[in-house]
Amino acid sequence: MIWTAVFICVVVPVVAATLSPLLAWRSPVYIVAGFAGIIAMTLLLIQPLLAGGILPGLNIMQSRKIHRVLGGALVTLVLIHVVGLWVTSPPDVVDALLFSSPTPFSVWGVIGMWTIFISALAVLSRRRLRLAPMTWRRVHMGFAVVIVTSTAVHALQIVGTMEPVSKGLLSFLIMVVTATVIVGRSRAKAS
Amino acid sequence: MPRKLITRRSLLTSAGAALATAGSGMFSGATAQTLAPTPTMRGGANNYLPGAAIVDRIGGGGFWMTGTVRRAGDGAPLSGQRIQIWAHTTEGHERDPQSHGATLTDVNGTFRLEMPQIIPAFGQPHGHLAYDSGDFETVFLRPVMQSPKDTSLNVDFVLVPV
Repeated sequence: MIWTAVFICVVVPVVAATLSPLLAWRSPVYIVAGFAGIIAMTLLLIQPLLAGGILPGLNIMQSRKIHRVLGGALVTLVLIHVVGLWVTSPPDVVDALLFSSPTPFSVWGVIGMWTIFISALAVLSRRRLRLAPMTWRRVHMGFAVVIVTSTAVHALQIVGTMEPVSKGLLSFLIMVVTATVIVGRSRAKAS
Repeated sequence: MPRKLITRRSLLTSAGAALATAGSGMFSGATAQTLAPTPTMRGGANNYLPGAAIVDRIGGGGFWMTGTVRRAGDGAPLSGQRIQIWAHTTEGHERDPQSHGATLTDVNGTFRLEMPQIIPAFGQPHGHLAYDSGDFETVFLRPVMQSPKDTSLNVDFVLVPV
């Protein structure tokens, strides 16, 4: 039941975007860049579910292992997204990276990108950082909140290939699921 | 006559300008008649290709880019001014040479160039226009359409002599 719901929530926005009329007037590189971003956004729905160990049939070790793999996939997809957009229109991406873009969503995309990169770097250097487990959890959850929020705002402001209703629902879901998992974990820890 | 585009930015700019003028207590006749120059917009020069040819139409047409060119200060219409236009359209990306073209203003300082339908790209349905002919200071504009379905876009230039 949960698996079916998650599957639908991930597949519907991606399929809806494949039906966008805008694709007819875009080069393959631009299309790949766009879909890398959309798929990365759908992963943000699965990540908190894995972190919370909510998905049935997976024990917490398996959940965390997949969470780590999908984290790596997120970094890769964001790189494809940004490089693909840079190939399509270099000055627009340079503007975005320098926070001087005229489009309001660019700043959120760049904040999300850097937070994903910093979060991944923190994971890779976790042993060296020697943070207490509780501190680590707070830092990692802080990154998650910034990533999910900035991605949702980024996506919602874009007039692009994503179908508006499925985009709105996915944005709502990634924020609600992330918040629910964080609150649930804090409660579990307190009791 | 296409409706005048009022974006959030232009609204804020004019509201801010009005407040500044009112606050300064300088609402004299001379100030009120002074036409402020159009500033270059952020990202306006992106994918600019200098020297776009003057054409009757860019590609197959179907979309109208219209506007006026006036002189800063007295607002006199400027005829014979070359305006360069480019956008992501149904016939090509912004960077493609066939997406670029130029036109001249008439005696009333207005211009009108048919081009293919503008398509949302990089998150917004927008066009690019440039005045870059040397007699006046260069201006790059990046107007955003209110709806991706719009079939025209009106843009006003107010230029400062070099």
